[in-house]
Amino acid sequence: MLNLFKKKKYVSVVESASETNEKTVFANTNQPSIPDGMWVKCPSCGKTIYKKEIGTFRICPECGGYFRLKAKCRVGFIADNDTFEEFNQDMTAKNPLNYPDYEDKIKKTQEKTGINDAVVTGKCKIGGIQSVLCVMDSGFIMGSMGSVVGEKITQAFEYATENNLPIVIFTTSGGARMQEGIIALMQMAKVSAAVYKHSEKGLLYVTVFTDPTTGGVTASFAMLGDIILSEPKALIGFAGRRVIEQTIKQKLPEEFQTAEFLLEHGFIDKIVPRENLKEVISKILEIHCGKGCEE
Amino acid sequence: MMSAFDIVKIARKISRPSALEYINYIFNDFIEFHGDRLFRDDKAIVGGIAFLGDIPCTVIGIQKGHTIEENIERNFGSPHPEGYRKALRLMKQAEKFNRPVISFINTAGAFCGIGAEERGQGEAIAKNLFEMSGMKIPLISIMIGEGGSGGALALAVSDKVWILENSIYSILSPEGFASILWKDSKRSEEAAEIMKITAQDLLELGVVDKIIDEADGGAQNNFEYTADIIKNELFNEILKLKEKNIEKLIEERYNRFRKFGEFSE
Ligand SMILES: [Zn+2]
Repeated sequence: MLNLFKKKKYVSVVESASETNEKTVFANTNQPSIPDGMWVKCPSCGKTIYKKEIGTFRICPECGGYFRLKAKCRVGFIADNDTFEEFNQDMTAKNPLNYPDYEDKIKKTQEKTGINDAVVTGKCKIGGIQSVLCVMDSGFIMGSMGSVVGEKITQAFEYATENNLPIVIFTTSGGARMQEGIIALMQMAKVSAAVYKHSEKGLLYVTVFTDPTTGGVTASFAMLGDIILSEPKALIGFAGRRVIEQTIKQKLPEEFQTAEFLLEHGFIDKIVPRENLKEVISKILEIHCGKGCEE
Repeated sequence: MMSAFDIVKIARKISRPSALEYINYIFNDFIEFHGDRLFRDDKAIVGGIAFLGDIPCTVIGIQKGHTIEENIERNFGSPHPEGYRKALRLMKQAEKFNRPVISFINTAGAFCGIGAEERGQGEAIAKNLFEMSGMKIPLISIMIGEGGSGGALALAVSDKVWILENSIYSILSPEGFASILWKDSKRSEEAAEIMKITAQDLLELGVVDKIIDEADGGAQNNFEYTADIIKNELFNEILKLKEKNIEKLIEERYNRFRKFGEFSE
């Protein structure tokens, strides 16, 4: 196999609280007595929370709601310390439709987020077991899948297939990347075919849905895991809520398209709280250790 | 010269020949089969077995109607998960009995509704993409009207993907595209121009392999003309594909989709 992957080691991937995707709210300047002055607004209950209180796992102390995580922050939770080697970190989208200002949008988003596109991929150990890990990032154009996301995940599957490794993918996405048109749609087929080859070899693929995962990502690799986990209360669906409401001309119930709703309808295996995910994934990998844990 | 949106309008014409019309004209002895064996029969998708000349085939179509009544029965050609699961069942059956599958695609997209979500529209589409990529039989898909997003792709992970001259194949409708990117669905004409959804654009991108000619103004003006071309092309192509070593066929199908993506490193 060609050496397609540039390997670079992270010294430490666990990032500070500023690495979460929440909106940072600066404290009122009339109250200079508040140290740090950094507050965040909970996406679930809307309360303003002192940043330190959301802790390592970025969970609201008031309501238990989850803040969305940046991909590299998630990698830090899941990969064993200092084991993550990133693939394709410089891969950058081109502009198949010549969509106005798309290159510029990509460049600005890269500068803002510090990642090249909406997924971080690489290999690492998880609970001591060599694995391939992909983590999507909703902070990069809604986590949408265009050429780069499709190519990185396809190469991650191909690497896992070649090296007999299990693969774990954390999904979060608004769907296919509109600015890349039909080429973005084709990524769904490309990645699904790579999943098929990995599966044919008897290798394990674990999906973990995180909030939100919809559209072309749900309708391709996200729903193809041998085992499908989800964080609690994650929004998971094919069509967006507004599109459905417009189509059927009625309001949807609150719990519609939540992880709990999908569990009840038989589409996911288990809901796992964020703080237990590493432990559960490690155990699943260990139980499948016949293939993929040598080394 | 026609604009992209002129083509969109022809592709959506209520008089545009439907999947069943092509199936009945091109194939002999078509026997329609029903149901996904799980939930119910989705009338937006039709399928069954037939002869193409003397070649046994499985044929599948996304069916739109020519009247409001027919369209209500067919859900305007927008399948539910059970439609995709019926199609997959018929494809698996074709694989067991080693016959090629020909799919006629015409949909604005997979249906967006409560039942569709409850029964896993995303899962149903995903499973078709996954299974089709490894299916050990020749697969040919033809876009005969609208090829709307994942709902069309779910029957189009094939060895050959063809398109009628005045059909479209797209990530989303031009209206949806304009609505998402510009918050203004009225800019659909502008969206159609930029999206590369016409047969010619798709051929240049390698998304489709062949354009099938239509009479001036669209296939409804001379149905037999277009249907005869499809029949001949199918006959030639299936003979070629059946000659191929099956491992090679699957590898070529993998590479057909593997090549899509524009990026730099
Ligand atoms: Zn809260």
